[in-house]
Amino acid sequence: MSGVFVFVEHDSGSPSETSLQAVALAGALGEVTAVTIGDCPIGGVARHVVIEHPLLSDHAPEAMGEALAQLCRTRSPDAMLASGTERGNEILAHVAAILDLPLAAMVTEIRPSGQNWELTRVRWGGSLLEEASLTASLKLATIAPHAVDAAVGSGEVDAEVFEPDLSDELSRTRVVERVTVSEGITLTTAPVVVSGGRGVGSPEGFAVLEDLAGLLGGAVGCSRVVTNNGWRPHSDQVGQTGTRVAPHLYIACGISGAIQHWVGMMASKNVLAINNDPEAPMVTKADYAVIGDLHPVLEAVVAEVRRRKEV
Amino acid sequence: MRILVCVKRVPAPGARIALTDDRQAVDARHLPFTVSPHEECAVEEAVRIKEGHGGTVVVMTLGPAEAEEQLRYAISTGADEAVLLATDGSEWDPQATAAALAGGIESLELAGGPFDLVLFGNESADAGGYQVGIRVAHALGRPVISGIKGIELEGATLIARRETDAGFEVYHLPLPAVVAVKEGINLPRYPTLPSRLKAKKAEVASSRPTGQPGGLAMLRLDTPLEVASSTTILGQGPEAAPAVADLLEDLGLL
Amino acid sequence: MSDLPSNASVVVIGAGIVGNSVVGHLAELGWRDIVQIDKGPLPNPGGSTGHASNFIFPVDHNKEMAMLTLDSQRQYEEMGVNVTCGGIEVARTEERMEELRRRMSSAKNWDMEAHLVTPGEIQELVPFINEEVLIGGCYFPTVSAVDSLRAGTIFRERATALDALQTMANTEILDIETDRGRVKAVITDKGRIEAEYVVIACGVWSPRIARMAGASIPLTPAVHQMIDVGPIPILQESGKELAFPIIRDMDTFMYERQTSGSMEVGSYAHRPIFHSPDEIPSLAEARLSPTELPFTEDDFDPQLEVALELMPEILSQAEIKYAINGLLSLTPDAMPLIGETVEVRNLWSAAAIWIKEGPGTGRAVAEWMTNGYPELDPHASDVARFYPYARTDHHIRARCAEHFNKTYGIVHPREQWASERNKRLSPVHSRTTELGAVYFEAGGWERPHWYESNSPLVDHYGIEDRAHEWDRRWWSPIQNAEHLAMREKVGLVDLAPFVIFDFTGPGVLDYIQTMTVNNADVAVGRSVYTPLLTGSGGFKADLTILRLGEEHFRVITGAFDGPRDQHWFRTHLPEDGSVHLADMTSAYTTIGVWGPEARNLVQSMTDHDLSNDAFPYGSTQAIDFGSINARLFRISYVGELGWEVYVPAEAGGPMWDRLWEVGHDFGVTAVGAGVYGTTGRLEKGYRLMGAELESEYNPVEAGLARPKVKKHEFIGKEAYLAAREEEPAAILCTLTMEDHLSPRDGIKRYPTGREPITTPDGGRITDRKGRPSYVTTAGAGPSLGKFLLLAYLPPEHAVVGNLLSVMYMNELYPVKVAVAGSTPVFDPDDKRMKG
Repeated sequence: MSGVFVFVEHDSGSPSETSLQAVALAGALGEVTAVTIGDCPIGGVARHVVIEHPLLSDHAPEAMGEALAQLCRTRSPDAMLASGTERGNEILAHVAAILDLPLAAMVTEIRPSGQNWELTRVRWGGSLLEEASLTASLKLATIAPHAVDAAVGSGEVDAEVFEPDLSDELSRTRVVERVTVSEGITLTTAPVVVSGGRGVGSPEGFAVLEDLAGLLGGAVGCSRVVTNNGWRPHSDQVGQTGTRVAPHLYIACGISGAIQHWVGMMASKNVLAINNDPEAPMVTKADYAVIGDLHPVLEAVVAEVRRRKEV
Repeated sequence: MRILVCVKRVPAPGARIALTDDRQAVDARHLPFTVSPHEECAVEEAVRIKEGHGGTVVVMTLGPAEAEEQLRYAISTGADEAVLLATDGSEWDPQATAAALAGGIESLELAGGPFDLVLFGNESADAGGYQVGIRVAHALGRPVISGIKGIELEGATLIARRETDAGFEVYHLPLPAVVAVKEGINLPRYPTLPSRLKAKKAEVASSRPTGQPGGLAMLRLDTPLEVASSTTILGQGPEAAPAVADLLEDLGLL
Repeated sequence: MSDLPSNASVVVIGAGIVGNSVVGHLAELGWRDIVQIDKGPLPNPGGSTGHASNFIFPVDHNKEMAMLTLDSQRQYEEMGVNVTCGGIEVARTEERMEELRRRMSSAKNWDMEAHLVTPGEIQELVPFINEEVLIGGCYFPTVSAVDSLRAGTIFRERATALDALQTMANTEILDIETDRGRVKAVITDKGRIEAEYVVIACGVWSPRIARMAGASIPLTPAVHQMIDVGPIPILQESGKELAFPIIRDMDTFMYERQTSGSMEVGSYAHRPIFHSPDEIPSLAEARLSPTELPFTEDDFDPQLEVALELMPEILSQAEIKYAINGLLSLTPDAMPLIGETVEVRNLWSAAAIWIKEGPGTGRAVAEWMTNGYPELDPHASDVARFYPYARTDHHIRARCAEHFNKTYGIVHPREQWASERNKRLSPVHSRTTELGAVYFEAGGWERPHWYESNSPLVDHYGIEDRAHEWDRRWWSPIQNAEHLAMREKVGLVDLAPFVIFDFTGPGVLDYIQTMTVNNADVAVGRSVYTPLLTGSGGFKADLTILRLGEEHFRVITGAFDGPRDQHWFRTHLPEDGSVHLADMTSAYTTIGVWGPEARNLVQSMTDHDLSNDAFPYGSTQAIDFGSINARLFRISYVGELGWEVYVPAEAGGPMWDRLWEVGHDFGVTAVGAGVYGTTGRLEKGYRLMGAELESEYNPVEAGLARPKVKKHEFIGKEAYLAAREEEPAAILCTLTMEDHLSPRDGIKRYPTGREPITTPDGGRITDRKGRPSYVTTAGAGPSLGKFLLLAYLPPEHAVVGNLLSVMYMNELYPVKVAVAGSTPVFDPDDKRMKG
């Protein structure tokens, strides 16, 4: 059996969007086999392998990597893809380590060239592209989220079950506990993120951002400078090393738009920049901008929104 | 506790990254260098564990001779020893990097005893391969967990926390273990004048590993096509408030 | 965002403190249609202003710099952005204490409060300082820190309120168009602007912008390292931006300045690190800003220890949160670059200006552009002061490398440069070298200052050496011995650095008359010594003019003034082309032959009649010595009979050889510029441009007013006539030092110049225009056995026999007015020279 295997992440019975993007990209490379841990209905693929093992009842990266490696050894696919999520990257890294194969993470494009692949992957969180060649009998790659549209396949295939042989020792890195923190609106789920940078000036300066976020049912975010200065907790940080967000509207207040920050919010549907520098990268890249000091602008916006809500 | 932290020297760019003419590297002539943010936190975490439980922190990097600067910085923020695996400055792929690091760790352990904990950053700021820590863990035969934003120690067990959309998940790893952490696990300290002076005088052990290239080879770098965006200026100063409110209404947010 | 206009009266490039000051002052002086352009955003476009330390220590030995700084501080104060916190220069060594005593003199000169303080007193002012490493300090209560970005905004707002200014941020200059040597338009990425004037105020980028027009602004971007250390509890608790005096740890070339809860530590101790204006990163590509470059730790590390030593208590715990290699502008002589560029008319430079002198310099530039010359004499900052050799990158870097570490150094007033020497050699250089010449630099030339081969003369004349090393530095008793030998017999002086301009053409007489105060319409073969004045009647130059033909004048001026004078002449040339200027400096060399035996010596070489009747004082004649074509000019700057002998440069060596050979029988001595420029000149009371003569003084005050005023119009005439009508506010006097013994240690001391002249008990003396009395030149008068000082004194003090004091190294020495006015103290009737 050959073709392209895609490790599909799923949550309560539905495959993740980013995994379906990987499936779509795999479709151009060969016959696609979806691989899931536990069953989950999937359409638009030629085959579906369900891995089942008691150790895999919760996230267990080492065990999952071992299971996929065993599947690869057994079925010898040409390639195995996953989505470039925290888990996808992690599990394929395990597979690569176990099989001593190269892994290309965060790939946006694959161009088969003879036995090898030429590919494009992202660096610097998406602000640079790398052209690379991948030489391996079994090619491993994770697909950068949103590099391609998700596959919308129909027609389910029968799932075949694969039972790996996993040592009990591998339970050492399985989740032992889950803690749910109900934060209400979070950065990743908020429809609006009101985010502040160096220009906010102080921890107190965020009060008006809180006001606006509260009025709009949104969340407050910030840039790395802000967390480094201790003005906001790191959990508010949007960016390459913070949280990546994709709200309906991202309001960047006093944020210049350094790469570190931009890559964390560039998936936003709409960006409004408020900045006193009309040439700040954030302003020139934004869809909308207000030029001026952020505090008087925000105060006026808050007042205007309140007025309209009251009417 | 004997802790090793692996770090990588990377440039710290501004709002736009320039490439060298041959597109083989970032043009870093005018850029400061640092370690990836996740790794800064890894060093800080190691130092905090040392401060809480005693022990030593060794910091190691694979990189050019100039990476000594990052090792000394780590010492100035609390690491005790530094090891440079010197390259000629060219970039090593993840497989070769992991092999060199694993080899370096084995020699250090042979000489100075095993490490209870090896820390990595989750991924490097520049290459972003998401795999070196995991490969090293496999080479050493130790458990590994990545994406960690909280570490506690209970005897020989390391309790690690990883954030999820809903909250966080908890792992219990037997020591010795490998952990890749993410920024936010702590707020790293800066060096003080005395610690910087100490770091300047510290000895940096250096060796030159030999590496076998793996199967992933960088051909060239490229700047993504900037989507020609046209910015609609809603106005200047507070007078723009009604225009902003209109926008919020148009987007269905009011 | 407004559109780029197509026309402007003046385009000011740069929106840092300098560009903003310039637009503010231009608008105030009535300019309209000013367009200001900066590549970066406002209010901080990313230049050096954005990361400057912003503190002001007003005291400076240099008058021009002190005045610019003081004016700037007043302007910041008026704008409400000046926070006075005081400052202390601390000394770790005795040598530094001596320098601080010298600074007391400068503080007295420029009327700035200063107190010498003990380590204990320093500790009271700055409780966290480790007084044990200090031996003392100088406390300046008026030291302040300013908000230079806010000041810049205020300047722009004021200009905008006058409807005079349009500022275009985020606009890049691509080119500057010129037309027949005159600036015409500025090309930007947003369009073209025609402008009558263009001012380049772009700090470290200035050379690059100037080059677009074919002009030069000789500076180099250089690194100044600073770190920000915090948080520091005692500073946080102060609750103020600046609760403690700023410390300059002079001996370690560092400063410590509070910025709210943290301490900024800066250094001038590291190796000179230069950048090229073309290689400064762009705003987008820079990590912080284009002028905040990556910190190079190794360069700063040695400074950490000394900083810790000074403030162990607070610096040992605090974290280094910010560290940069900040770019600033350095020039070959550490002075700013202002004025019209020499290459392009109406293209002005306002560059190499630091925060502390920004607004004052902005005012000076605006006044200069408006009135033809600023109120404050800008000669030391004039961008036209450099010879072409000094505009090369090579020279700029070499000199900046040498003086960078002198930023906080102790620089002797006579100190000579070590780098970039032997670049301009006199045709007789090998001869003077053989005679053991010790060379001082003059306009890039190696000029003999004294000759070691004359050392036997020291004993012969019984010249006393100086006891104090500082007074002896860059000085030799041989100078006084050479002086006496010349006055006894005859001396030869190598005057190769003389600057010579030939003016010819049908319009030349009218032109020269327009430039000079004294009547230049003299007979062919005669000469005139004359000041050139600024429009407001102050000195612009003083020089000698020979009339060599009906339409041929030769101007001879000093090596230190050549480029500035040339620019002044050139910019006033008639536009119809009726006068031609040729720089003949390199074509001719000059040898001075002076002394009682001078006529006998020269006469023995020629049949040409050199008698007083045949060759009177002040005349010039062409004479051949064998096959050497020479021009002799009977004049003297040392008050002796003799000539300046001009020969083609290639004949300089042979001419010297003949004079030397023949001179043997007449007792000839090679005499250095120590005599020519100081002792000989002082005994005759001759004034020197840049010392006694400045644009802030007029010919009446300097004692150079002639009985009559010529009919012809000339620059500054109206002001000159007015000055003649009123009692002078000050009179240039020659004083003698009555006692050299230091009250402190009983050692004989000899001032070097620029010391305050005070009342006998140390009271500051100023004239009715507010100008202080200070020593303009100090030096020996060996023929008089007196040490001489020149100084302007108000009329009530300018009385022969009046006893006053000179304040040297914070001690008072008695001085007496010997002459009020220009009468020489030696040979007052000029019998020796004119006989």
